[in-house]
Amino acid sequence: MLGLLFFVFVLAIFLGVELISKVPSQLHTPLMSGSNAISGITIVGALVATGQPHGGTLVTVLGVIAVAAAMINVVGGYLVTDRMLAMFKRKDGGSK
Amino acid sequence: MTEILQPFINYFYIVASVFFIVGLKMLNHASTARRGNVVSGIGMLIAVIATCLYTGMEFHWIIVGCLIGAAIGAVASYAVKMTAMPEMVGLFNGFGGLASLMVSWAEFHKWHDMGWTEYYATLGTGAPDSTAFTAFAIAFTALVGAVTFSGSLVAYLKLSERITGKPILFAGQQIVNGLILVVALGAITYLCIAPEASVAYTVFTVIMVTGLIIGVTSVIPIGGADMPVVISLLNSYSGIAAAAAGFIILNNVLIVAGALVGASGIILTKIMCKAMNRSLANVLFSGFGSTTTTAKAGAVQGEAKPISADDAFYILEAARSVVVVPGYGMAVAQAQHVVRELGELLAKNGCDVKYAIHPVAGRMPGHMNVLLAEANVPYEQLVEPPDVNPVMATVDVAIVIGANDVVNPAAREDETSPIYGMPIINVDEAKTCFVLKRSMASGFAGVENPLFFKDNTRMLFGDAKASVTALVGQFKDAG
Repeated sequence: MLGLLFFVFVLAIFLGVELISKVPSQLHTPLMSGSNAISGITIVGALVATGQPHGGTLVTVLGVIAVAAAMINVVGGYLVTDRMLAMFKRKDGGSK
Repeated sequence: MTEILQPFINYFYIVASVFFIVGLKMLNHASTARRGNVVSGIGMLIAVIATCLYTGMEFHWIIVGCLIGAAIGAVASYAVKMTAMPEMVGLFNGFGGLASLMVSWAEFHKWHDMGWTEYYATLGTGAPDSTAFTAFAIAFTALVGAVTFSGSLVAYLKLSERITGKPILFAGQQIVNGLILVVALGAITYLCIAPEASVAYTVFTVIMVTGLIIGVTSVIPIGGADMPVVISLLNSYSGIAAAAAGFIILNNVLIVAGALVGASGIILTKIMCKAMNRSLANVLFSGFGSTTTTAKAGAVQGEAKPISADDAFYILEAARSVVVVPGYGMAVAQAQHVVRELGELLAKNGCDVKYAIHPVAGRMPGHMNVLLAEANVPYEQLVEPPDVNPVMATVDVAIVIGANDVVNPAAREDETSPIYGMPIINVDEAKTCFVLKRSMASGFAGVENPLFFKDNTRMLFGDAKASVTALVGQFKDAG
């Protein structure tokens, strides 16, 4: 199981490098804020910590903070990226 | 009902990972980027829904957390001005780090509380049954999450100018930083070796606290102009923290998405460093720009020649080609809309208008592109230094708006300059160069700029927005 997860981890890093290295500088900011939103994936861990009734009060409190923080990251990140890209798109429609 | 879905949760995670990958790929092109962002968002939704399918989930606290977070995130993302985008991205990033830190703490608490046999049972089949491994994953997530959180907060405070954007240095800073890092690594090692020691909780607390301290001490010595590097690097950290959290609870979508973000942050960091011709170590540790270097005698001499808006207008009216070089000053003055207006008037006057964007202009990667896009500047008019430098000698007027270090010829000419070797936009080679500036103060890198004293340079002092507005007014009166 662990070996497999490391395998996936290493492949994903190489994939990430391949995906990003050709991005034009014009899109650096949306790329950064878009990938920033993806880092909110830690919400999955937060949901598990909060929703599984194993821990007691402290775990629930930590979990709720984690869910709220991850949600700020996810919702804020995607919306702000969309706002920026909407501006890029407006002119590109005509020119391309 | 959810029982039968259990075996499929992992497949949902795989689908979510594919959405992230395709979404990132689509972010590579202006024409598909917006849809790419939506695709990646759908991936996130799938991952969240799949996680909620686990048996025994209780939702009331989850809903509370989700509503609070979603409301704050939504309001912040709509309220933020485009010019304030760097600090907003930094702040969002910090919350990602905080989430990972809280997850690691919650998992550590459970692990500590119920003992590892029972803890692994709650993770389901495939648990590593290796306390050292889980201890390392928990400790590493806590450290990186804490560094991301406090580092991003400091970056936010610096970028929003709630604290000084200049490097904050003190004697023995690097020794102190080194010692704190040694304590953190020692604590992690101890936790891996003796996870069930009576002091384990204390040791874990030490890891969290040292992480928070490292985040602060590693970002405060970095100057405002180097923020594009820092923001990219912190972005990478938040991904690494998420991937590490994935190794605690053995979750593949966390690992894949975290690794993608970690890799993309590193790539952007590399691009930013290259654009400044400096190594990452130099950016992080040199306290760059803390002292104003006194220029060599002879290198910077002569007098800066001011010009009035009236005279600037006459020169611009006769110009056949103009290159605009925006920098952080344009963002501060919120001058992007009026700059676009000036560009349109020039174009109407038969002039060829280009905007030359340096990769590190502003406070985050692509900062100037976002502002000019907000102001509706046509994408075709944006050019990069390698495209514009070869033809600079044929350009009638180069207008530098709130940029400084990225147009400093010392980077080309003065080997003693701290920024020597940094690729710049050679505005000094244009026939005439206007520099819009509030005063003669040096740029954020604290380096004197000989450009201001060149024969073909004219200084248009004042607020960038006011100066450009004055020029626009002249054109309108004339037309």
